Amino acid sequence: MSAPPLLELICPAGSLPALKAAVDNGADGVYLGLKDNTNARNFAGLNFDDKSLTEGIRYAQTKRRKVLMALNTYPQPATLPRWHKAVDTAASLGVDAIILADPGLMAYARKTHPQLRLHLSVQGSATSYEAVNFYRERFGIQRAVLPRVLSLAQVENVIANTDAEIELFGFGGLCVMVEGRCLLSSYACGDSPNTFGACSPGHAVRWEQTPKGMETRLNGVLIDRYADNEKAGYPTLCKGRFEVQGETYYALEEPTSLNSMEMLPEMARLGVAAIKIEGRQRSPAYVAQVTQVWRAAIDAVKKDRTAFKPQPAWLAALAKVSEGSMNTLGAYYRPWK
Amino acid sequence: MKLPALPAFIPRDFPQPLARLVAKLPTWPASRSFVIAANLAAWPSLRELDWSQVFGRRFRVHVRDAGLKLYFSLHADGFRAEREGPCDVTFTATTADFARLALRLEDPDTLFFNRRLLIEGDTNLGLTVKNMLDAVELETAAAGMPAGFGRIVLNLRRMATQN
Repeated sequence: MSAPPLLELICPAGSLPALKAAVDNGADGVYLGLKDNTNARNFAGLNFDDKSLTEGIRYAQTKRRKVLMALNTYPQPATLPRWHKAVDTAASLGVDAIILADPGLMAYARKTHPQLRLHLSVQGSATSYEAVNFYRERFGIQRAVLPRVLSLAQVENVIANTDAEIELFGFGGLCVMVEGRCLLSSYACGDSPNTFGACSPGHAVRWEQTPKGMETRLNGVLIDRYADNEKAGYPTLCKGRFEVQGETYYALEEPTSLNSMEMLPEMARLGVAAIKIEGRQRSPAYVAQVTQVWRAAIDAVKKDRTAFKPQPAWLAALAKVSEGSMNTLGAYYRPWK
Repeated sequence: MKLPALPAFIPRDFPQPLARLVAKLPTWPASRSFVIAANLAAWPSLRELDWSQVFGRRFRVHVRDAGLKLYFSLHADGFRAEREGPCDVTFTATTADFARLALRLEDPDTLFFNRRLLIEGDTNLGLTVKNMLDAVELETAAAGMPAGFGRIVLNLRRMATQN
């Protein structure tokens, strides 16, 4: 039996060139989705059709890297066969695992393709070992991606009490982190990630340079206005600035990216199986830059955990591509815990 | 680790008197020239993709530092120059940043966060174009370009990544 995986680097691929960029720059695996609402990055022109998927799987697996397919939205009754077909496609083309959030879809995958490896998506919102173990016992999931709400001490508690591999987000865009349960986008424009497959879909977003600054509107509603020198964030409701009791500010959260690199030694000690990089909506240039940095960091941690220190050049490279050009440790670091 | 920088001969600061002059010129000749170049260099590698969502829509590319505005549309037979007027979507950036995007050296979202790229109008159309272009490999695009031109493009990119 092979050793359990430790700190596998899982990188985003929104297109074939992005997949190749991830593989060429040292990703252990890529995750991707199809060109429809069966995954939570359903943006126009993005993602894979049968031809690019076949080529992508061949490219990655020839180099002994894994391909994980995200089928992490919630099937709707009228179009359920689309999700089933996507599971069948994943199985027939030989992806290494599918990433699921919906228990009904897990049941289908388990029954129809018992050999297919299942990962629990972050959209499944399992934050306790009891929840992870439920999915493991009931559907045989072999890995769970934990939501970005847990401190590292809480992650340790999950890992200590489950046989499932645990994957953590390492870097990339953050949201309000009620994954799989967020309805803010739906509230503003009728479409949510869980069903439509995208938060703030393009049809609802308008940017306009005005004399007052660059305005972002979601379904006609002004959600932010940036002065000329201000960094911008994604056009989501959670990252808008709103007037609350006479003051206009980021009332929900600031546009910022997660960067957990300095916690890599601790994640290695806990036995975290994989580190996920967010950003299937980003270009191959981003994937190449971020994968290169994280490959170097993970290699350094594996070589000598105690001596590890993120290099300033790595942090600068990551800060440059970050939303709002800012980084946070998110919930992982809670010194009072 | 160094991030890709542009080869030195691509201007970082376009001469302002020249930019003011360009801004006053009619847009048609520049749009025509752009479209001829795009049909020669880019269209051969793009024509196989399904652009039906994009056909007939009016684009404006605003090269901010050069004062240049290009108007064009895409059809089944390639790019067509358009007269100045309202457009479905407008992309605004500097010469150097458009060059970085074209050479796949920079991520559009990164430029957007840093306020160096603006997409106005039909965001979905803008995203469609951005994502479809991202799905074309530069090597494939270069192979479809007229002899010599593709090699220049790949060399530019190599120079930038080795800087």
